[in-house]
Amino acid sequence: MSTQDNKLLNVSDLHVAYGKVEALTGIDLTLKEGQLVTVIGPNGAGKTTLLSAIMGVLPSTGTIHFNGQDFFSPEVETLVGHGLGLVSEKRELFSTMSVQDNLLLGAFLRYRRGDTSYDTTLAEIYSLFPRLWERRHQQAGTLSGGERQMLAIGRAMMGKPKLLMLDEPSLGLAPLITREIFRIFADLRRQGVSILLVEQNARAALKVADYAYVLEGGQVAMHGPAADLANDPRIIEAYLGLASKHQELLSS
Amino acid sequence: MNLQIATLLGQDGLTNGAIYALLALSILLVFTVTRILLIPLGEFVTFGALTMAAIQMGKLPQLEWLLLGLTCIDCSLDLYQQARSRFNRRKLQGVALKLGYAATLVILVHTLPLAELPMGAQILLTLALIVPLGPIMYRLFFQPLADAPSLVLLIVSIAVHVSMVGTGLLLFGPEGARTKPFSDSGFHLGSVMLKSQTLWVILVSIFLIVTLFIAFERTLYGKALRATAVNRMGARLLGISPVFAGKVTFALAAFIGSASGILIAPITTLYYDSGFIISLKGFVGAIIGGLVSYPLAAIGSVAVGMVEAFSMFWASGYKEIIVFTLIIPFLIWRSMTSHHVEDDE
Repeated sequence: MSTQDNKLLNVSDLHVAYGKVEALTGIDLTLKEGQLVTVIGPNGAGKTTLLSAIMGVLPSTGTIHFNGQDFFSPEVETLVGHGLGLVSEKRELFSTMSVQDNLLLGAFLRYRRGDTSYDTTLAEIYSLFPRLWERRHQQAGTLSGGERQMLAIGRAMMGKPKLLMLDEPSLGLAPLITREIFRIFADLRRQGVSILLVEQNARAALKVADYAYVLEGGQVAMHGPAADLANDPRIIEAYLGLASKHQELLSS
Repeated sequence: MNLQIATLLGQDGLTNGAIYALLALSILLVFTVTRILLIPLGEFVTFGALTMAAIQMGKLPQLEWLLLGLTCIDCSLDLYQQARSRFNRRKLQGVALKLGYAATLVILVHTLPLAELPMGAQILLTLALIVPLGPIMYRLFFQPLADAPSLVLLIVSIAVHVSMVGTGLLLFGPEGARTKPFSDSGFHLGSVMLKSQTLWVILVSIFLIVTLFIAFERTLYGKALRATAVNRMGARLLGISPVFAGKVTFALAAFIGSASGILIAPITTLYYDSGFIISLKGFVGAIIGGLVSYPLAAIGSVAVGMVEAFSMFWASGYKEIIVFTLIIPFLIWRSMTSHHVEDDE
């Protein structure tokens, strides 16, 4: 680990192809322990594909170095077992099961390994998302969009992942809820949880992140400390222009 | 028809219905978790009954060789897979454990005085021989096809069924067999004699159904299986692997199937090929539940048992036809009321 310069995740030369179409061509990405790294970019840039490939949902070529081990096109379950968690864009909740059951299943691997401290985590998540506590006996399918997102994040956190990856957590959410969710990411980062955040809401993402990658056409177009990118004229023009005015109106 | 005949038929119907309910539940369970329609379920029933019969007659059940052979194939596949990636201590231990288990059973079957064992030990031995066949069957025939369309899975399922019937003929021979009842006493209910085995079947079935219900509602492992049935990808993202879920459901199905076989063996004579028609009636029950609802499937199965018993009295020649015709009105009703759900994977 020390020789790796506490790199928790290091992706190098990652390629993903859908048939003959290359969705990702040679991505390099690094995330150090405790960092919140964001990946921004337009629709179709390959952001979701990147997370899916790292998670093993999609077959890929290239190396994925995670938590001191190298993986080559690994299985999802293997990576989950090594401490990787993904909140997918589709949420992937168990819609006919209760909110509480959804959360408990997030701790399935911990339970299987004989770790019984997940009750504490459950209490923590309920205090982080009081709404989930109120609805704990309700079926997940009956929740609103924002609540579903909270549930998906909470469920991923139940597994105490070393790295939490989030795919478009603000997609389709009301601005107020988006702000609350980003506040939670900032909180989690302060608690030392490493986060890889894929977002379309570039401004909000750059505000909470330490480091950022800009993905365009399946390649890394730019990367650097989030604060620098937030002031980069090209980024402001391409991603923050209209959005920034919109956000300012909201936050005022 | 007088009351006495009605009670007798009802008793028969309830006994068969309870067994069909158990089978319907395992068909449903396997189908929702793995998308496989488990046609070979009936073979677990006959294997259970015939193994039990062989043990009671003091004959070698021969099934131990099947178990050992399949375990060897399973283990060599495991080793081959590990040789391609990296040898892992825990997985090697797993292989050793599986081989050790099968070898121990072979030795046990060949050394124990089978016929003299108490009934409980005979039942345990039968289950110990058959239940591991479930997960091995999943591993060998279905796991490599986990992402195949449902139709392919169905075809493979039929193939496995046919080869298991053949294996059954090879292992147990063409003769039918019956076993001793669990206990000899009978009960009088008014003027009707209740066979004790009937009570055993009904009580054990209810016990198993309730236990399954509690396991699926209350334990995290049960919830994990339900979660796989609801959303496979969601479950995978939490580390619940479909392979794990598949093996567990197949083990449960093998257990329920062979337990049903052991339960009914004292009441009906079973042949190597009787399993199919029995599990098919469980399947009718499962269809009545729309292949989704457990309580409806259980109620439907009891109804199947009842219809079967009473049609035996009124039109015994048409018994099977009447039972399987039951499925048609339900299919029509289902197709009119249910909407098509897009297949996600």
